[in-house]
Amino acid sequence: MKDIDVIERSRAGARQKISARNVQVRYGHTAAIKNVSVDIAADTVTAFIGPSGCGKSTFLRCLNRMNDTIDTCRVTGEIRIDDEDIHDPKVDPVQLRAKVGMVFQKPNPFAKSIYDNVAYGPKIHGLARTKAELGDIVKVALEKAALWDEVKDRLDSPGTGLSGGQQQRLCIARAIATAPQVLLMDEPCSALDPIATAQIEELIHDLRRNYCVVIVTHSMQQAARISQKTAFFHLGSLVEYGDTDQVFTAPRDSRTESYITGRIG
Amino acid sequence: MTPPAHSLLKSDDRTRRRRASEARFRACGLAAIGIAALALAVLLTSVLANGAGAFRQTYIKLQIPLPEASLDKAGQRDPAAMAKVSTFGYAALLHAALLDRIAALQIETELADQDVAAMISKEAAATLRDHVLANPHLIGGMAAMDVLAAGRIDGYFKGRVTLKSAAMDGNTSPQALQLARKLADADVIETRFNWRFLTAPDASDQRPEAAGLGVAMLGSLYMMLVVLALALPVGVAASIYLEEFAPRSRISDLIEVNISNLAAVPSIVFGILGLAVFINFAGMRQSSPLVGGLVLTLMTLPTIIISTRAALKSVPPSIRDAALALGASRMQAVFHHVLPLAAPGILTGTILGLAQALGETAPLLLIGMVAFVRDYPVAYSDTAGLFGDAATALPVQVFNWTQRADPGFAERASGAIITLLVFLAVMNTAAILLRRRFERRW
Ligand SMILES: Nc1ncnc2c1ncn2[C@@H]1O[C@H](COP(=O)(O)OP(=O)(O)OP(=O)(O)O)[C@@H](O)[C@H]1O
Ligand SMILES: [Mg+2]
Repeated sequence: MKDIDVIERSRAGARQKISARNVQVRYGHTAAIKNVSVDIAADTVTAFIGPSGCGKSTFLRCLNRMNDTIDTCRVTGEIRIDDEDIHDPKVDPVQLRAKVGMVFQKPNPFAKSIYDNVAYGPKIHGLARTKAELGDIVKVALEKAALWDEVKDRLDSPGTGLSGGQQQRLCIARAIATAPQVLLMDEPCSALDPIATAQIEELIHDLRRNYCVVIVTHSMQQAARISQKTAFFHLGSLVEYGDTDQVFTAPRDSRTESYITGRIG
Repeated sequence: MTPPAHSLLKSDDRTRRRRASEARFRACGLAAIGIAALALAVLLTSVLANGAGAFRQTYIKLQIPLPEASLDKAGQRDPAAMAKVSTFGYAALLHAALLDRIAALQIETELADQDVAAMISKEAAATLRDHVLANPHLIGGMAAMDVLAAGRIDGYFKGRVTLKSAAMDGNTSPQALQLARKLADADVIETRFNWRFLTAPDASDQRPEAAGLGVAMLGSLYMMLVVLALALPVGVAASIYLEEFAPRSRISDLIEVNISNLAAVPSIVFGILGLAVFINFAGMRQSSPLVGGLVLTLMTLPTIIISTRAALKSVPPSIRDAALALGASRMQAVFHHVLPLAAPGILTGTILGLAQALGETAPLLLIGMVAFVRDYPVAYSDTAGLFGDAATALPVQVFNWTQRADPGFAERASGAIITLLVFLAVMNTAAILLRRRFERRW
């Protein structure tokens, strides 16, 4: 198991998907992210950890420019995906977001049927030519998100009628249905029971083969289980970034050590 | 065993005081609701008591001979020639028919013939004339017709006029009322549901019994169509732009404040604006439902914008985020996800705005909708254009009738208020039902 990871990691290390340089984010006059530079590899799961309010979500939202939707939010610095500057005036955030999918911290299904929730992305991006194709995309996405068995008989019922954990998996299915290259997940398992969590972790494990996954989590165990790289944020700065094994077993910064041993947080 | 120091079975002073203040507050609340309910009950009973009569009308059933000699001397049934016979000619026929009827029934009366004739509404002759001109084949035979009784006779059967009040009334007399009673016993006079009140146009000062709401309702309908067609799309588009697209800036803040201010502008100001802009400047026709609708649109817009924006605001931002994060454009996020969720709120706001517009009087007075209109306005005509025909409106008709001297019009005014209230109640119920229906879907 370990060996495979090591092999995969060395292979993954070859290609950078995302590179951020000197990223700063301010909400009005308060700085939420201070001078963060990081390279995120393709075909890798990268975990963002850190105490509440340290800016993990904020940084994640920079990667698909969701911060544009917040009036007070100002992002400076450079973020490149596949070596293209995402802040280039020629870049349409709509295309960027089709490429960089996101699962939010709180489940936010549309007030539409389960089927329509998942089918919406493929529909607006024209990913399916026929109804049957669309149905297949929906089915595969729901299966990957470990929700298919629970909802296959009621695809027409509203997505908002599902339980919190089911809603979160629906949102995951919705995000992967558009076939993004990068998947940003903001605490996707915070509302899930251990079984569903295990299923999602399995999904993330599978996704890694084709996707670049960035996941925010408060669970050290989860970060250790599923990620190959870990970034530790503290008070808006990136304190430590390295291989997950190294960060958890031999942290270089004392703040990282305090956090993972439970002294900050 | 010693009881605990703080027994739960006994309330302490603090708790008692809190309870007492809560009880006082509840009593105040109940009293407030009681006052409101009482006011509503008084309002409704007084309007219903005064206005119910307008929905019933007294008719005299007559067999009217239509001699060719007096109606169509030439005998050619030429409409132009027949139209030369004025309502006086027909009135004489009606009077004769009534006198004949009384004689045939062998009812004794000390009333002079012209006083008997006065029991028939002045409107009846015109109605008969229209009837005959429309059906010329009747001439030479008999027409069976239920003609309107005069206002005082009508009032007698509804309890508005009594023998005592008739004694001091120049327009009727106790003898006339007694004769009417006998005719009613003989089944010649009948009081029944009054469809004419809902369909007929207004009538002149001496003929309250003939006045109806037809023109006013048509005018109100046309205006509501104008308001709906203009205020809804403009209001919703403005709200969507302000709420979802406009960047937060000084200017958008200023616009927002001014829309709120606009909602507080007295409606008569919109009337002055309408008079100055639409009639004097743009040269649109006075008293036309188009101008009325435009003025009411201006008045309703802020209401619709405010309620639409509230409805849009109440859609959780996470829904927009979800759509945007999937790569939807802003417009797609709004039209696919936000607007459907906001629709019940928008709809409710619009219907309430329309209801407000339906009941508005003051601005319409200024643009001339208070005029006396007897011709049904048409929606489109070549001379007047779309909604350009002169019309009145329901609330203006109420105002108009309360200004008139004949007590018969007071009853009509209350009847018109009932009609207006029914429309408002229907609209508000529709708003509630629509809201429920849409909300139940999710
Ligand atoms: N919309 C916003 N407007 C203003 N300030 C914000 C906004 N969103 C976040 N912040 C601030 O930015 C900082 C970082 O917030 P962020 O949500 O990124 O934290 P986080 O690391 O994701 O925390 P958690 O683990 O609790 O989700 C916080 O101090 C927060 O108060
Ligand atoms: Mg967060």
